[in-house]
Amino acid sequence: MHGNSTYQPQSKIGQWFEKRLPIGGLIHSSFVAYPTPRNLNYWWTFGGILSFMLGVQIITGIVLAMHYTPHVDLAFKSVESIMRDVNYGWLLRYLHSNGASMFFIAVYIHIYRGMYYGSYKEPREVLWILGVIIYLLMMATGFLGYTLPWGQMSFWGATVITNFFSAIPGVGETVVTWLWGGYAVGNPTLNRFYSLHYLLPFVIAGVVVLHVWALHVSGQNNPAGIEPKSERDTVPFTPYATVKDSFMMVAFCILFAWFVFYMPNYLGHADNYIVANPAVTPAHIVPEWYYLPFYAILRAVPDKLLGVLAMFGSIAILAFLPWLDTSKVKSARYRPLYKQFFWLFFAVCIGLGWLGAKPAEGIYVVLSRILTIYYFAHFIVVLPLLGIFEKTKPLPNSISESVLGSKA
Amino acid sequence: MTTVSSAEHTRRDFLYIATGAVAAVGGAAVLVPLIAQMNPDASTIAAGAPIEVDLAPIAEGQIIKVFWRSKPIFISHRSKKEIDAAKNVQLSTLPDPEPDSARVKAGHEQWLVVIGICTHLGCIPLAKQGEYDGWFCPCHGSAYDTAGRIRKGPAPTNLLLPPYKFLSDTKVQIG
Repeated sequence: MHGNSTYQPQSKIGQWFEKRLPIGGLIHSSFVAYPTPRNLNYWWTFGGILSFMLGVQIITGIVLAMHYTPHVDLAFKSVESIMRDVNYGWLLRYLHSNGASMFFIAVYIHIYRGMYYGSYKEPREVLWILGVIIYLLMMATGFLGYTLPWGQMSFWGATVITNFFSAIPGVGETVVTWLWGGYAVGNPTLNRFYSLHYLLPFVIAGVVVLHVWALHVSGQNNPAGIEPKSERDTVPFTPYATVKDSFMMVAFCILFAWFVFYMPNYLGHADNYIVANPAVTPAHIVPEWYYLPFYAILRAVPDKLLGVLAMFGSIAILAFLPWLDTSKVKSARYRPLYKQFFWLFFAVCIGLGWLGAKPAEGIYVVLSRILTIYYFAHFIVVLPLLGIFEKTKPLPNSISESVLGSKA
Repeated sequence: MTTVSSAEHTRRDFLYIATGAVAAVGGAAVLVPLIAQMNPDASTIAAGAPIEVDLAPIAEGQIIKVFWRSKPIFISHRSKKEIDAAKNVQLSTLPDPEPDSARVKAGHEQWLVVIGICTHLGCIPLAKQGEYDGWFCPCHGSAYDTAGRIRKGPAPTNLLLPPYKFLSDTKVQIG
């Protein structure tokens, strides 16, 4: 999908520069002349929103780093001083902490959109896998960042998560001591987590470049799930996609601002406003909301090593989705059975998230086990079999026909 | 520029292989300090020296918590009832079978010294709670008995025993 641009700068200096570094042409062909399917709906605007959120997190993060101290005796205090003393510190910190949640809301919508419309299928497998890598990096970054305020949830979250690696047979304890730089989570741990929390967003930005590159090679999927065949099937990125993306970004910012200004602590835990205490574990520790489904899977398995493997496996299995889904038809619009299973899977994930926040006892454990089994069954039983047995609806001949009807 | 390809081995082949081998060894050598720097540093190891704890003030039935190597150590002064409960257990019913005698030092059965970290994912269990009146981990529901043995829940092993010895009847050295 490249080479659509016949970009010629108007000014003499622009032409002089373009001859030496054709960056104007690159931007023009990627974000102005780039042909987008004419039937894209609002679910396709979340890629832009995600790029925006990455920018928000990096900018607010860099300025917060100017006021934060990564030391066990000072970290909690420095965060409190950001809240009380630093000019607009409260705003910057609330933007950053709620920004993480908004980032995850957007990425979940983006992922479910990909699942619903089959965006992971040929020729977009690499594009999808790069997305899974970005998601993993986001989870790592979010976890590392949550440790930094050094509250009770920070400390015990870091303890539980790093202990996942103690499940490795034989070398588990050695690996965990190496991760901690001590015999428990402590100052060396906080220091290295800070260093890595600063690094990973830039790694994400790098993989995002690859993700967008892969997108621009294969072109966007669309609600019909069929490839553009003629110029009638596409419209130029600018103004069509630019305006649509911008509109949705503004709408998303309203949601973001609502959290930041009206309920900035709603998605957090009160326990994290208590300074870390290595002697007392909070009675009820739960991770941030965006990890809850995976936390439920971890707790559903009554064996330590298998629980950790199931949890990592539940994310890793996403990377194999392009091959687990055997159906040739991409969009759920033309897959009546898949559409129902998609929503069932969606409900199961929400259910797991709800269970992840509940105590690990009684009926909650039983339900977690049932839903965990279904989660995996969706990928390794339902999707492969649907491709064989499902009777799909006839696909339209072209994108323009799907929009305008067969008369067009 | 043209490259001459030849079936015979040339001096350039030798240079390629020799340079590549040195670069590989050098690259691996550089990894050693980069990885080792993350292990506990000298001050952390020095701070992990053994500690001595006076047992005299601990009343029967009381459990105290001390810190050694940043880890909480539970020292439990067990009552007769607790010792009996720990002894009268069918070993085959335990997930990690260990007799009570292997959990304490001979002649000091009333003292149980364990690392107070749940063997599941590292939370600190709460004393005198749970179904077996030992410890209960609030994080993921593991229950331990009065010998610190896992009885129920996701934890794979009994609470670990730190290295320790009795210096006298009322003094113990941990580490």
